[in-house]
Amino acid sequence: MSADILIAIFVTVITASTPVLIAGLGALVVEKSGVLNLGVEGMMLIGAVTGFAMAATTGSPTLGFIAAIVAGAAASMVFAVLTLTLAANQVATGLALTIFGTGLSALAGKGFVGRTVDASIRIFPDVLALHPLGRLIFSHHPMVYLSLVLTVGVAWFLSRSRAGLILRAVGESADAAHSIGYNVIAIRYLAVAFGGAMAGLGGACFSLMLTPMWSEKLTAGRGWIALALVVFASWRPGRLLAGAYLFGLVMTLELHAKAAGFGLIAPEVLAMMPYLATILVLTIISMRPGSAYSAAPACLGKPFRPPV
Amino acid sequence: MAGQKQKKKDAAPRIALKGICRSFPGIVANDDVTMSVAPGEIHALVGENGAGKSTLVKMLYGVLKPDAGQIYWDGEPVTIDSPKTARYLGIGMVFQHFSLFEAMTVLENIALGLDEPVPRRRLESRIRDILHTYNLPLDPRRAVHTLSAGERQRIEIVRALLLRPKLLIMDEPTSVLTPQEIEHLFKTLRRISEEGCSILYISHKLEEVKRLCDSATILRAGRKVAKCNPGKTSARKLAEMMIGSELKDVARQATAPSRKREVRLSVEGLSLAPSSLFGTPLAEIAFSVQAGEIFGIAGIAGNGQNELFAALSGERPCAPGVIRIGGISAGDKSPSSRRALGLCALPEERNGHAAVPSFTLWENLVLTGRRTLALTSAGLIRRRRARRFSGEVISRFDVRTTGVDAEASSLSGGNLQKFVLGREIAQNPRILVVAQPTWGVDAGAAVTVRQAIADLAAAGTAIVLISQDLDELLLLADTVAVINQGRLTEMGPAATVSVERIGMLMGGIHGEPAVVTPA
Repeated sequence: MSADILIAIFVTVITASTPVLIAGLGALVVEKSGVLNLGVEGMMLIGAVTGFAMAATTGSPTLGFIAAIVAGAAASMVFAVLTLTLAANQVATGLALTIFGTGLSALAGKGFVGRTVDASIRIFPDVLALHPLGRLIFSHHPMVYLSLVLTVGVAWFLSRSRAGLILRAVGESADAAHSIGYNVIAIRYLAVAFGGAMAGLGGACFSLMLTPMWSEKLTAGRGWIALALVVFASWRPGRLLAGAYLFGLVMTLELHAKAAGFGLIAPEVLAMMPYLATILVLTIISMRPGSAYSAAPACLGKPFRPPV
Repeated sequence: MAGQKQKKKDAAPRIALKGICRSFPGIVANDDVTMSVAPGEIHALVGENGAGKSTLVKMLYGVLKPDAGQIYWDGEPVTIDSPKTARYLGIGMVFQHFSLFEAMTVLENIALGLDEPVPRRRLESRIRDILHTYNLPLDPRRAVHTLSAGERQRIEIVRALLLRPKLLIMDEPTSVLTPQEIEHLFKTLRRISEEGCSILYISHKLEEVKRLCDSATILRAGRKVAKCNPGKTSARKLAEMMIGSELKDVARQATAPSRKREVRLSVEGLSLAPSSLFGTPLAEIAFSVQAGEIFGIAGIAGNGQNELFAALSGERPCAPGVIRIGGISAGDKSPSSRRALGLCALPEERNGHAAVPSFTLWENLVLTGRRTLALTSAGLIRRRRARRFSGEVISRFDVRTTGVDAEASSLSGGNLQKFVLGREIAQNPRILVVAQPTWGVDAGAAVTVRQAIADLAAAGTAIVLISQDLDELLLLADTVAVINQGRLTEMGPAATVSVERIGMLMGGIHGEPAVVTPA
């Protein structure tokens, strides 16, 4: 295998991993605040269709991504009103949001099925990508760079900033945070909105970067993968990055194996590999006795009602 | 003129409450409460559980809003609408259930309590200053879940002191401390009050109030019933004002000596891994309990009591020979099989562990008594029999409830405790393991519960009593042992051990007995 192919695989892996990574980062922040939003898949689909529609109408993929962020955040607000203001069950509401998002995106995207957009955006001049090494670093889609910046940003925000400390505190003990005087509901609203925005952006990565086109159920369960990765990554952004890239790697290998006519194993079994491998590796990592920081936020999924 | 005004302001109480009322759906928590605290005064707020103490201080700290009434701060009427406002005025609060974040460090916890962000380094040096000034041993970099209750409380105290408060509210501060830690806390509090800070001290432990406080306000059922000088009032008188009736004594009858020989429960080399990340492993625990004996286990919460209870009750099985019930190896037996052998266990958490909150009382009776009381036949529940037994328990132990069809969660802590204890006693256990039987139970019910335990022992049952309440242990137990960090130290007959020794052992390596010098 020549270096060119390796680099090509590398670029594919990173690109394929990016939507899961972005959506996962959003889910991670939401869960750190103590909210379990299982609607990631639905919000990704809403983001994907909105982004595609916007880009197809205006011709600007950038506007498409922005629209996807807004749409994802808007969808998450439905969840937030139900679970935070009205203290509805988070699991049921999240599942409903996924079903709602799947249906809504299919309906809204009816007219866009089969259309294509010119979604190529480059931030570095093509000259830099001529050399194989340059291609390794400079040939990616802007979303790839953004996802890396976001990973570092989220990690820094959670571990170093005061706002991040407050967010973690709300997720650790909503009652204690409330009694100190923090507005638990407002902080969770912000976290859920961020999670929705990231899910929307991750969804738009499918329709505007990976494929780029729109079809029903385009995200194919990646929202669920993102949620699982967050748990197996013990709520750490660094591990989430590793998990997402591992998932992308096995998925790319599986595609290459299929393309190469690798007949020993049934294609259905091959198709399972990315999911199996990711879960296996991350389970082994999370099985090690970790520090308390790595454990689940203590208030995850518990509704909070401020005493009146 | 100005000086006169200043003087007048000094004379005003630091905080005064006039006609404060607050009700929740179904109950009136505070009814027309009027009281005041002078500058530099240590003022006690005493009352039973549910008397409205916590509600009252939550209103002072802005967590709750009063329905009616006015709060005055240094003579000026104020509205305290949030904890932030309270802190801005100069009110600091140390909660009964520490509002701490287990997974975070001391420093992070304190940083969270500040309204103005302070750079990490500056904050750390300010914290070290306070720790030094008030002689409080604590490491700011440690994670909270590794700290003892006393150390956790110091975090709250430091958090409050950082704001240079003029009024410090302490809600039941000693409930989880060792005698030495309490002594240390009192010194700190006296020091704080000497500097002019008022302290509102909430407690139902009257001996402590007598030792520490300058004056006391007594609440009963949400109303202020008296204000007095606790130094000049007897603890018994205070208690009777609290419960509003005369206090009975627990009579401990001696067991007939002939019955004392037989060993009912023996534990040998019991080691167990912790059940959770923050749990305590048990190490080589060994003891035995005879018929009619009350074996008391003292210790501060979180030193392995939960693990020991789970091992004894059968919730966590161990090697067969480690636990013997009447000579039969039972370490690997389930709770039901142990019940069949005569070992009944009553956990600390009444609602959710001892009883299913949403089940009725008679259904809860069936849950543990189905075999021992023959409440089922051919797989069907004998409802009438179960209801009859439940009714007997309710009347025998004076459980205040609407009847056998009341849901367990509708009972107050003390009444549910009387019911679940009565339920076990009705099964005529040969051995009873009971954890924290009077934790959070009001004084009247506590007497009933303790009397029932004493009577059961007199009738020949071997009893393991796990409790944090030293007075209770010394009152009831024949033999006392101390559990610390999962290790059990036997102290011998209760009549011969001193509270100081027990306190030292309870503190173990967690406490700092070296710091405490006799006052």
